Amino acid sequence: MTVVTPFEGIGASVRRKEDLRFLSGRGQYTDDINRPGQAYASILRSPHAHATIRGIDIAAAQAMPGVVAVFTGADMPDLGGIPCGWQIHNKDGSPMAEPMHPVLAVGKARFVGDAVAVVVAETKAQARDASEAIVVDYAVLPAVSTVTAAIAAGAPTVHDAVAGNLCYDWHIGDKAINEAAFATAAKVVEFELVNNRLVPNAMEPRAAIGDFDRTTDEYTLFTTSQNPHVIRLLMGAFVLHLPEHKLRVVAPDVGGGFGSKIFHYAEEAIVTWAAGKLARPVKWTAERTESFMSDAHGRDHVTKARLALDNDGKFLALHVQTLANMGAYLSTFATSVPTYLYATLLAGVYTTPSIYAEVKAIFTNTVPVDAYRGAGRPEATFLIERLVDVAARETGIDRIAIRRRNFIPADAFPYQTPVALQYDSGDYQTTLDAALETAGWASFESRRAEAAKRGKLRGIGISTYVEACGIAPSAVVGALGARAGLYEVGTIRVHPTGSVTVLTGTHSHGQGHETTLAQLVTDRLGVPLAQVDVVHGDTAKIPFGMGTYGSRSLAVGGSAMVKAMDKIVAKARRIAAHLMEASVDDVEFDRGTFRVAGTDKTKAWAEICLTAYVPHNYPIEELEPGLDETAFYDPKNFTYPGGAHICEVEIEPETGQVSVVNFTAVDDVGRVINPMIVEGQVQGGVCQGIGQALLEACVYDAEGQLVSGSFMDYQMPRADDLPMVSVATHVTLCTHNPLGVKGCGEVGAIGSPPAVINAVVDALRDYGVRHIEMPATPAKIWGIINAGHALAAE
Amino acid sequence: MYDFEYHKPGSIADAVKILSADPDARPISGGQTLLPALKHRLNKPTSVVDLSGIAELKGIRQEGGKLIIGALAKHHEVSESAVVKGAIPALASLAGTIGDTQVRNRGTIGGSVSNNDPAADYPAAVMALDATIVTDKRRIAADDFFQGMFTTALEPGELLVAIEFPVPEQAGYAKMRNPASRYVMAGAFVAKTGGKVRVAINGAGPGVFRQTAMETALTASWSPDAVAGVKQSAEDLNSDIHGSAEYRAHLVTVMAKRAVVAAG
Ligand SMILES: Cc1cc2nc3c(=O)[nH]c(=O)nc-3n(C[C@H](O)[C@H](O)[C@H](O)COP(=O)(O)OP(=O)(O)OC[C@H]3O[C@@H](n4cnc5c(N)ncnc54)[C@H](O)[C@@H]3O)c2cc1C
Repeated sequence: MTVVTPFEGIGASVRRKEDLRFLSGRGQYTDDINRPGQAYASILRSPHAHATIRGIDIAAAQAMPGVVAVFTGADMPDLGGIPCGWQIHNKDGSPMAEPMHPVLAVGKARFVGDAVAVVVAETKAQARDASEAIVVDYAVLPAVSTVTAAIAAGAPTVHDAVAGNLCYDWHIGDKAINEAAFATAAKVVEFELVNNRLVPNAMEPRAAIGDFDRTTDEYTLFTTSQNPHVIRLLMGAFVLHLPEHKLRVVAPDVGGGFGSKIFHYAEEAIVTWAAGKLARPVKWTAERTESFMSDAHGRDHVTKARLALDNDGKFLALHVQTLANMGAYLSTFATSVPTYLYATLLAGVYTTPSIYAEVKAIFTNTVPVDAYRGAGRPEATFLIERLVDVAARETGIDRIAIRRRNFIPADAFPYQTPVALQYDSGDYQTTLDAALETAGWASFESRRAEAAKRGKLRGIGISTYVEACGIAPSAVVGALGARAGLYEVGTIRVHPTGSVTVLTGTHSHGQGHETTLAQLVTDRLGVPLAQVDVVHGDTAKIPFGMGTYGSRSLAVGGSAMVKAMDKIVAKARRIAAHLMEASVDDVEFDRGTFRVAGTDKTKAWAEICLTAYVPHNYPIEELEPGLDETAFYDPKNFTYPGGAHICEVEIEPETGQVSVVNFTAVDDVGRVINPMIVEGQVQGGVCQGIGQALLEACVYDAEGQLVSGSFMDYQMPRADDLPMVSVATHVTLCTHNPLGVKGCGEVGAIGSPPAVINAVVDALRDYGVRHIEMPATPAKIWGIINAGHALAAE
Repeated sequence: MYDFEYHKPGSIADAVKILSADPDARPISGGQTLLPALKHRLNKPTSVVDLSGIAELKGIRQEGGKLIIGALAKHHEVSESAVVKGAIPALASLAGTIGDTQVRNRGTIGGSVSNNDPAADYPAAVMALDATIVTDKRRIAADDFFQGMFTTALEPGELLVAIEFPVPEQAGYAKMRNPASRYVMAGAFVAKTGGKVRVAINGAGPGVFRQTAMETALTASWSPDAVAGVKQSAEDLNSDIHGSAEYRAHLVTVMAKRAVVAAG
């Protein structure tokens, strides 16, 4: 009998296994969890960007109804500071400035939202009421909210010990070669731009529950995290001084992260510590307002760049100087973002032979800034792809032609860039051709003319990009200052009847790993998708793991699973060989069936699994029972997705309103496991990119108040702001991981912003505009158009 | 949210009794403005008086050449009402553009007009149509009712009961939304009623106001071109991260022009 089942393996757009749970309200998020005897924490946050704390009077708060305890920084003398995971060295070889980041502010509050005290009470409302009764004696200090203000002579210092607010002054590339190239270049294009600060705004606000078991002295932290093992390490080893075997971290369903839930946050340490202190569970859930002022923000660069070209438009050298805003404290990966995730990508898809980049990281009185979808690569891509457009215009070379002329050719891989990375594969001409074709680039001028008849300014823009993800080879990142290895761990647990539980050290917070990773198992072992469950997010269940960020889950986590499946298959073949009385070398395995090569002797998967656990007829002397294997996989290189994004916009000149009318993305994300999920990931990323380019502005005023502190002022993309995004893939395989996969989680957010701004600038081509900063809001665009009118009138 | 007492009276008289006995009591209609304020702890009423059970505040009818809308009429009801669509289609379509579906199914005209948010939609219509605000105590002309940002002629404890709109010959509304909040960034309601033209501007300034130069221009010639040339001064207009006063001033003219187009 043949059972016809739909193909569910690699390449199948199967529906997401997790969606029924999510869509029917059966997901279990941190705030859905309630522990017996649970109390609630409310955190009092500084209303000032910069202030000396002269005293905190908690007496009135302690006397409020339902209050269990009130704690301030003074109650935590034994706790360590919140650590930074990546040490950067200055140009002169000295280490970066790394000021203490106390769990609760001590002595000084350094940004609006800095945690100053915590109240634990019987109910959430009582905790909040009592937090308002705490009297903090602040002496307000002058504040700095932008990098430019923070480096000005005489600027207030965020940390007394950090002169000039300079965290580090870092560089990469050969300065002398770079200067020589500029000295003799036929043409130099100079350019300055800002990469706007963003608030991540995951749909689920952060939450944390600390629990303490008095029987075992074990702590449990339930938290909205993308990487529970990393949190266990950072919080256990550095902050609370708890050994791993006494600390369990659970990250259940998580409603979006986009990077903001990678980092170890003070609230996690506060609830875990308080749970031990009070011997009862303590829960904290952020209100949206708190999310705005305490989730790590993204981007926030100010950059000056110069591009040297020869007479044919070939790029000769690039010099970049970037000021990166760190906020008030160093968040977990903050320091790596503008260095090893940004400057190393400045070659882009081009053969620019010399690149020299200088990055200064600056402290300001703002929320800490860290990785946000794309982390450094969107900043690099925006810079390169805007600069290339400006260079095209200023040299009179067509913007497509100048790109093609400088592309790394398809036969040049592996390609060593002048900024450390070695790209393994890619085919930029082909992704460009496909995007141009799909977007109808050649017929654009007729659409522009038609739009003009309707009174609209239509523009088209392109971005051709590469990014580095699949983070990352441990030895390499270790040499660059990472304080962790970036391998991944996978366990394949085959059960006696043949169903499979996958334990992965990555974490799914919306990406669909429970489906994609299960498809790897179905494809390799032939087990139907319904019989494969992927478990993640619990340090008590998963051997180890580094979590999900940098589009690493499939490239690194999936590869660990492949290694574990190799072990499973090797062992299962030995069991099959024993049962079929054949030599193991003669036993073939193909999706669920073991066969003695060249014969019709077969054994089914389920029989082998059962034999492994009921080893009556079993080579027990040579082989242990069971079928449960774990593998650690350390990647050999980053992976390098790339592609071409084309955006078409229409501007209403009377109001400056921009509509994105077409968006085409052709991406090379390596082998595609589930095309539907890839399409969704790219669309989501593109929407975030359009958000950054047109809508989202995180604004602080000069006093350090967050002006865009709610959705009334911070414009998240809504469905009607967004076009249908046309997504296609062109595959070149990653050459160094077993799946040939590269990653698709961030490409949308990396490739799209320059395509959008290039289109807006193109739409305004008759108004003499060279650049427009993100977000290109109606008011800004109207300002340009209006100035253009004024120009014409003179 | 802070603790408060909750009352649900069945008549205007009962509601007024509770409200006048306690200066810190607040009426609540749709709660679309008051509830967010309570949740953010920006407001600390001793008690909240839920008006939703008061039949006298409900209903939409045409009477003696006037369109009368009860305070509790939800934005969605106004936008779908055949009576409103027949009498003042511009008012129905304005109501259909407030907030989102959820907001339109809870928020009320009485709540919106009492609240007088400078970025709200209804005040422009009330002002341009020269409507009369009927309270439990008196009748107030639109020109006297709106007194700047979140301020009205309503006295503490006074309830807005209904709004009476004269039926215009022509009326139209256009707005540019604030990109983030989607409230009004600059809007214009133009109306010709009994031969008289009134133009009300919302969103752009600290409160709804009449644009008299545009009224003069439209009285001379009811056409988009007539207002297109009338510049709004940027003085006293709002300026924030979404747009300068100059931008809003410019938008006022654009929206007025579009409102005339919409009025037909
Ligand atoms: C997401 C969102 C988007 C929105 N977008 C828009 C928009 O685009 N345009 C717009 O115009 N509005 C918008 N609103 C506001 C909405 O229209 C509210 O419904 C309206 O402002 C208030 O009406 P309400 O019935 O909800 O009043 P409530 O919130 O119940 O009350 C508002 C205020 O009026 C007082 N009040 C209520 N009824 C009376 C009465 N009968 N007499 C005296 N005082 C009274 C209350 O005490 C309170 O101070 C939005 C609201 C939300 C939540």
